[in-house]
Amino acid sequence: MARVVVVTSGKGGVGKTTTSAAFGAGLARAGHRTVVVDFDVGLRNLDLIMGCERRVVYDFVNVIHGEANLNQALIRDKRVENLAILPASQTRDKDALTQEGVEKVLEGLAEDFDYIVCDSPAGIERGAHLAMYYADDALVVTNPEVSSVRDSDRVLGLLSSKTRRAERGEDPVKEHLIVTRYSPSRVGKGEMLSVEDVCEILSINLLGVIPESTAVLNASNAGMPVILDEKSDAGQAYSDTVARFLGEERDHRFLTDKKGLFSKLFGG
Amino acid sequence: MGFLDYFRSERRASASVAKERLQVIVARERSGRGGPDYLPALQNEILEVIQRYTSVDDDAVKIQVERDGDCEVLEVNVTLPADH
Repeated sequence: MARVVVVTSGKGGVGKTTTSAAFGAGLARAGHRTVVVDFDVGLRNLDLIMGCERRVVYDFVNVIHGEANLNQALIRDKRVENLAILPASQTRDKDALTQEGVEKVLEGLAEDFDYIVCDSPAGIERGAHLAMYYADDALVVTNPEVSSVRDSDRVLGLLSSKTRRAERGEDPVKEHLIVTRYSPSRVGKGEMLSVEDVCEILSINLLGVIPESTAVLNASNAGMPVILDEKSDAGQAYSDTVARFLGEERDHRFLTDKKGLFSKLFGG
Repeated sequence: MGFLDYFRSERRASASVAKERLQVIVARERSGRGGPDYLPALQNEILEVIQRYTSVDDDAVKIQVERDGDCEVLEVNVTLPADH
């Protein structure tokens, strides 16, 4: 049985697509057949973050409309075996995604993949609703910042009421928190909500903490999921996150500042 | 934390302010969740009607729908001021 994992947040710009790309690549690297699906119709970007923008021929909406089959639309990653992406359409038609269409595509993908990672658009409109509707797991991406935390809480409310699992009265969608752009030094100075604060407010299980890192922009510039930059702090944090999702126990390595004695003493 | 931080302690509060504000707003938004979409409007109109007759705070009306077996119960609570 394929597992459907939605990457969602409510607020835009917190790192959903970065997380989708990294998480999908991490699952594939661990040997699981994984497809990452871009649900952001009209604002396609997963292809760019994963570096396959020039190989897009057909997209999600073409498949729904029967203009292409899944194999024509799927783009196989050239670096990681077992990894594919299904790009979003650039149409301006907001109703291009239909519930039946999405269900049919996900059923098709479930035959060939172990994990279907759904990269949700920001907001709580149709695209975001459909991205979460069929989910088994949800990665809630949150910045340690008031508007992001509030929006995440709103999204948690939707996950518990507006998904297929909720409507059918099945086991609820499994919710996992991923805190991104975390800056331990600012937390130390009392300028930023700590991971404990965010967990306490949202009361969900913490899966990963990704530190604020120059590696993220470098990776997106290059069109490479940041998890493949194994030397970087963000890449390692995503690797740990994927490992925890797959059941391994891993310490959180990036919760404290690794500054020298001088700056520790003088609070620089 | 370095010792110089002790001289800048007045700046240290912003994260705890954020946390308190979030706890309040999140609790309020959760309480309105799960009911029918018309509840907030209903709550406002009931409040307006009550305020026409007596002065009550803007948060004096609490409203929620509860499920009791096959029945849905609309519960409206109005807190009147002590000295009305």
